Amino acid sequence: MPLLEVRNLQVRVEEREILHGLSLTVNDGEVHAIMGPNGSGKSTLSHVIAGKPGYEVTGGEILFKGEDLLAMSPDQRAAKGVFLAFQYPVEIPGVATMTFLRTALNAQRKARGEAELSTPDFLKKVRAVAASLNIPQEMLRRGVNVGFSGGEKKRNEVLQMALFEPSVCILDEMDSGLDIDALRIAADGVNALRSQGRAMIVITHYQRLLNYIVPDVVHVMSAGRVVKSGGKELALELEANGYAQFEEQAA
Amino acid sequence: MMNVALVKPTTERASSEMFAAVRGRLPGTGTVNEVRQAAFSDFTQRGLPHRRIEEWKYTDLRVLLRDVAPLAETPDQAALARAAKAVTAHGADDAHKLVLVDGMFAQQLSDRALEAGVTVRVLREVLEDNSAAARADLLITTAASDAMISLNTAMATDGVVIDVAENVKLTKPLHIVHIATQSRAAAFTRSLLKVANGAHATLVESFVGADGAAAYQAHDSVVLWIGDGAELQHVRLVEDARDAANISTAVVTLGARARFNSFNLTSGGAVSRYQSFVKFGGEGSHAEVNGVNLINGKQHADTTLFLDHAVPNCTSNEVFRAAVDGQAHSVFQGRIIVRPDAQKTDARMMTRALLLSDDAEADNKPELEIFADDVQCGHGATTGALDESLLFYLRARGLPEKEAQALLIQAFVGQAMESIADESLRDAAVATAERWLATRA
Repeated sequence: MPLLEVRNLQVRVEEREILHGLSLTVNDGEVHAIMGPNGSGKSTLSHVIAGKPGYEVTGGEILFKGEDLLAMSPDQRAAKGVFLAFQYPVEIPGVATMTFLRTALNAQRKARGEAELSTPDFLKKVRAVAASLNIPQEMLRRGVNVGFSGGEKKRNEVLQMALFEPSVCILDEMDSGLDIDALRIAADGVNALRSQGRAMIVITHYQRLLNYIVPDVVHVMSAGRVVKSGGKELALELEANGYAQFEEQAA
Repeated sequence: MMNVALVKPTTERASSEMFAAVRGRLPGTGTVNEVRQAAFSDFTQRGLPHRRIEEWKYTDLRVLLRDVAPLAETPDQAALARAAKAVTAHGADDAHKLVLVDGMFAQQLSDRALEAGVTVRVLREVLEDNSAAARADLLITTAASDAMISLNTAMATDGVVIDVAENVKLTKPLHIVHIATQSRAAAFTRSLLKVANGAHATLVESFVGADGAAAYQAHDSVVLWIGDGAELQHVRLVEDARDAANISTAVVTLGARARFNSFNLTSGGAVSRYQSFVKFGGEGSHAEVNGVNLINGKQHADTTLFLDHAVPNCTSNEVFRAAVDGQAHSVFQGRIIVRPDAQKTDARMMTRALLLSDDAEADNKPELEIFADDVQCGHGATTGALDESLLFYLRARGLPEKEAQALLIQAFVGQAMESIADESLRDAAVATAERWLATRA
């Protein structure tokens, strides 16, 4: 059974249809890249998978390990193992990062019927992951993402990904706003999480990110559909020739 | 004012009858009695404050309270036993507890051993002691005239009179715990605290109902003096029964180079008003008056501040937050007066309300009256809903809706709680907020 199966998904925002019957199958252990120009529906797809309000699904379905994902609340999806790394992680003043991580992890465990993690076990786990991502302890005491640089915000997303151990990770434009060093640190963190039992969907405009996170499958999205799928060499072809050919196709 | 008595004559008549009936139970004779009589006639002339009295515009007690409840009976042993349970549940661990049950000082529930340099007298005993000089002054305040202060003056049955000697720095908070055990009864209390020059003290006030106490009224006032170079940390936690009323006043006077740091949290009660009158009486002083209203259902909570920069070179800062759910109504009024010669005043006030439902209401009324020209004053007021993008982020990380909201509400009010210097008191305020959040789930 695929980990994630999107079947003929149609999505509206207000009166406008953004996705016109999108299909995507992601198997265990695979890394998929979704590329496409602005407005092709990439972020809409990531938001609908995570359960963001404001999108109306008018047709199709999303199955996660065979279960109807669209019937679940965003927090249920997270507890089941769906993780969205945000393009623009929000700042939450007054909520210490450590408190947030602990509350979230324990909420997920509780939803799965698991016991809460003890304080020493939790601290041990966070410290180990933070160290591997070059995240100083001082950052964890600050408000969630408050005063973080772009690179720090993205590393904080990867930290959560490592901590929550999801089955499907969606990385929405992880490269936006990052310089090359910050990108490398974040990508190394993601690569360390590639494993059996987990799949990733990497959404990006640019081929550059895929030099660091090498995908198994590349999809090209245009005007709300997947218009072409292929191996990692498809990304290079896009870099050379641009999206224009696919935009004509979609139109 | 003349027609006020005509608005709701039944209220005044009921009050008059009540005063006549209970006069014998109120401590003090002679000058004390004269002060009470004068205060009561002032109250009967005005009646309960209503919306046409500017200071009470958003809290019309004729609608919300309707009547003053009958004076509570002196608590019996059974009542004290119920109160003891409430004290255990709400008393700060490491504090000198001074317990008032149904408006009467409860010696057996209070801590006897006090730190050196602090004396506590029982108001009732002082008022009844004919040899005590100026005992009637204990019932007189310097605050602007107000019907509810007059009522409190007339009816006060008990309270504590605390003196902290010069240069004494208390290590433990003084904790006045108000417990109501009787339903549909009113308690009237008056307490006084004098922090002498150079002394440091912490005062905590809690208002709670014992199990089973319903629809009671707590009418309280405190008079606080902070001497030259003295410091007072002040924390109030109003966690009364959900159908109770709490009408409280604080009258605060600061000397020179004094510090006053005050925090009020109202999460209980059906109707509550906390009005504080803070006056700078000496130069170089600083006051922080912060507060949080956490209300839902049909709760009405009013926090009103009159801050008087009467002298030059003083600074003040107010941070106020309200989280309002259900059909609840939060009121914040903050009036800062900067007198003509109060140059170099720095006064800041920021009030923010979070509306958690479509029917919730928040009225924020900051007012600055500045008569001096070399001052810095600022105020701001905002009202809004929980940020949807923050909520989604938290939910995408596994927090159920109510938990995500709770975390954001805690963060929102936490900004006002940060001002509480004492860590265990800050924890007590956070715990009170958490109990309120649990009632939303």
